[in-house]
Amino acid sequence: MMTTNLTLKKPFELNWKRILFWGSICALSQVFICLVGLPSELNRRILIESTLSLGYLFILWVPLLFGYVVSKIVKLEGIENPKQGAADLLSGALTGLLGSLGLVLLMLGIDNLDMRDPLINWNPKLFRLLTFENSISFGSLVWIPVGVGLGTVGASLHQMSSQIRKMTAYAMFGLFSFAVLEDVIGDLSEGFRLEWLSDMIYAKKGGMTVTSTIVLAIVLALLPLLVQGKFKKTVDRYRSEAKPEDKRRNSVVLFSIVAVLVLVLPWFLGRIVNELLANVGLFLLLALGLNIVVGLAGLLDLGYVAFFAVGGYTTAVLTSPNSPWFSPETHFGISLLVVVVMATLAGLLIGAPVIRMRGDYLAIVTLGFGEIIRLLFLSDWLKPYLGGSQGITNIPAIDLGPWEVRGADPRSVFYMVLGFCVLAIYVSWRLQGSRLGRSWMAIREDESVAEVMGINIVNSKLMAFVVGAVLASFSGAVLAAKVGSVFPKSFEILVSIIILVVVIVGGMGSITGVMVGSLVLIGILGGPRQPGLLQEFQNFKLLIYGALLVFMMLKRPEGLVPTARRTRELHQEEYLQDAWLGDDESEDREEVGEQL
Amino acid sequence: MSLLEIHNLQVTFGGLDALSNLDFSIEEGEIVSVIGPNGAGKTTFFNTISGMIPPTSGEIIFDGESVLGLDPNQITEMGIARTFQNVRLFPNMTVLENVMVSQHCRTSQLIIGALFQTKAFKQEEKEIRERSEEILGFFGTRLVGYRLDQPAFALSYANRRRLEIARAMATQPRLLLLDEPVAGMNPIETAELTGLISRLRDEWGFTIVIIEHDMKVVRDVSDRVVVLDHGVPIAQGAYDEVSTNPNVIEAYLGRPVEAKS
Repeated sequence: MMTTNLTLKKPFELNWKRILFWGSICALSQVFICLVGLPSELNRRILIESTLSLGYLFILWVPLLFGYVVSKIVKLEGIENPKQGAADLLSGALTGLLGSLGLVLLMLGIDNLDMRDPLINWNPKLFRLLTFENSISFGSLVWIPVGVGLGTVGASLHQMSSQIRKMTAYAMFGLFSFAVLEDVIGDLSEGFRLEWLSDMIYAKKGGMTVTSTIVLAIVLALLPLLVQGKFKKTVDRYRSEAKPEDKRRNSVVLFSIVAVLVLVLPWFLGRIVNELLANVGLFLLLALGLNIVVGLAGLLDLGYVAFFAVGGYTTAVLTSPNSPWFSPETHFGISLLVVVVMATLAGLLIGAPVIRMRGDYLAIVTLGFGEIIRLLFLSDWLKPYLGGSQGITNIPAIDLGPWEVRGADPRSVFYMVLGFCVLAIYVSWRLQGSRLGRSWMAIREDESVAEVMGINIVNSKLMAFVVGAVLASFSGAVLAAKVGSVFPKSFEILVSIIILVVVIVGGMGSITGVMVGSLVLIGILGGPRQPGLLQEFQNFKLLIYGALLVFMMLKRPEGLVPTARRTRELHQEEYLQDAWLGDDESEDREEVGEQL
Repeated sequence: MSLLEIHNLQVTFGGLDALSNLDFSIEEGEIVSVIGPNGAGKTTFFNTISGMIPPTSGEIIFDGESVLGLDPNQITEMGIARTFQNVRLFPNMTVLENVMVSQHCRTSQLIIGALFQTKAFKQEEKEIRERSEEILGFFGTRLVGYRLDQPAFALSYANRRRLEIARAMATQPRLLLLDEPVAGMNPIETAELTGLISRLRDEWGFTIVIIEHDMKVVRDVSDRVVVLDHGVPIAQGAYDEVSTNPNVIEAYLGRPVEAKS
């Protein structure tokens, strides 16, 4: 049925059901975004001087996206490509129109009904924003053509040649990054003494100037013409042709370049970016630890923050003069040894009772343990020892002979964290390919068979818990020294969840994936209490985290940079098909040969 | 002394006796087949020996020591390995890794060795790998070469069964429990595997207990056949003896209709 529909499509036959469906989703999304408060909150953030604010952008991308989606036609192999034409553009326009109608209804609603009680953003501020401080009819007159136009543009993306589409994409994403990353680019150009460049792009009051926008758009659009896929071609050719020895040598060279860059770059970066990098490092360290527990051994630990807290509190008690009960004021290095011991004990303590549990049960029990530890730190019972909700303050900077690592100097913290991260990466990498790593893999695959095959699952699992716990406690120790204080509030359940999201979005079990995951999530969106690059999104961080997680689970469950193994696992059928196409013949020959 | 001795074994699930009054022993170097209709308790028998199901009562003695109360991995370490009727490989690990991982109980390196890449660690890894390749080579060219790095789920059915045997061999057992090793194989593959089972004893020195429905295989490989029905052993002895035993025929085919007098 579907095939005849596709092939016999007349030029102006519209798929009304599809348009209505996507149009209503478009309208609902726009209304939802408005009521969540994204536009009103972000309206102050100017992207292009006196033209566009981040708040308006959040409404505008919706019809563009759904116009694109509604006119997208799934092409199947062996079936004639459906003719694209005006009908698709019209579908896009209608979808955009429906979306704008949603906004009109919202304006009418705000004007006539009072629903501020449940919906705090149902307020005059939003109304003024939507009507451009004018009347409803003016607002409608603007939004309807805008919606229709953007829907059409979205739909027309399918009709363009791939070259033009690429140019448009470069221009749009490039401009978006330039506009949103204003602070960072300013910070960077200051570090490289290129202030004139940022002064040229950005207006004084914030936002890009209209001229620079147009110039940049043209430059960015021409970029793909210059590159012309040369980069990709070179990489492909290198992948298929280079000799293994060359590859190894080149990867060593590449690695050294990256290492030098990472070491040198912080000197050119300003405070903001360095602070950001330090936070990314702290969470990367946590994520690498959790990656061993969840990604390698398959133990879904939702109470991971407990180990983070143990590291922080141990450091605080041992180094701070303000520790209420026992305050030896030792050096950070000595306290670090104690941290390792304490984290090992905590790993065994939490690991031992849950070791016989599997899957969901394990997750729930560890969740409970995580909260128990936080509540213990908060409790009145331990208040004389650990300070209760006041926590422990005045944790001194880390004294490393000629250097000092303190929170006021984020660059030093970054280097410190970098050291620990390198250690964590080395540990993950080596363990992965060892006897212990293999036993974790087997446990992840099938626990009872692993046990019958002679693996001591109790020991292996405890080992995973302990290694993960030690890495997390390092992160906690550095955090304590960086912030200078520890409070139970810093170790909420949210930390566990965000680290888990980092691991899942990055790619479970993949070290590179976890690095990319923490750069993208913590670096751009920010950690549970730490701001990221997009400081404006601070209040909507969890919303975006959630949306991103849902999107990833639907479209790319293996993560951003998955391991080959995990990709295979989640796409078994495709892999089997490829394998079958690849070595079907050799198999046949072999079997025939045997029969003869 | 027998390698494995079982006295008066009883396994009860709820009110059902899966196994009862089972006495069994096997000498070093023997190949014994366990046969019986579906639901006779054959796989339960294996599960009990390998420690996955605790027996209700009775005694299992392997090489003079009781295995009751031990974890499955401890039993494997003592020298009992098994395969599964419904193939249970580690599907997302490669062929080579499947075999390497089951040498866990014969090796010892832990975190320190892996982190500092000690000589002992490298030596052990090398040995594990070599032994794995040697074991996989036992099955001809099927599981070596490019197959080493293929995930187990990509193997054909027969190859999965072979890999399961290889994985059990890698635990370096003295007693090998094979649960329907030729199920689902075609006649040529079956004939070939039958030959391999004899070689497993002659060249590798394993004592073998095999559950099998294919009577041709049972006839060709076994020194002795044990017949189970409803959890009770109803006959024991050489294949020819057992195959003509009226009790066995009754268990498989039902009671013959009595001639009317």
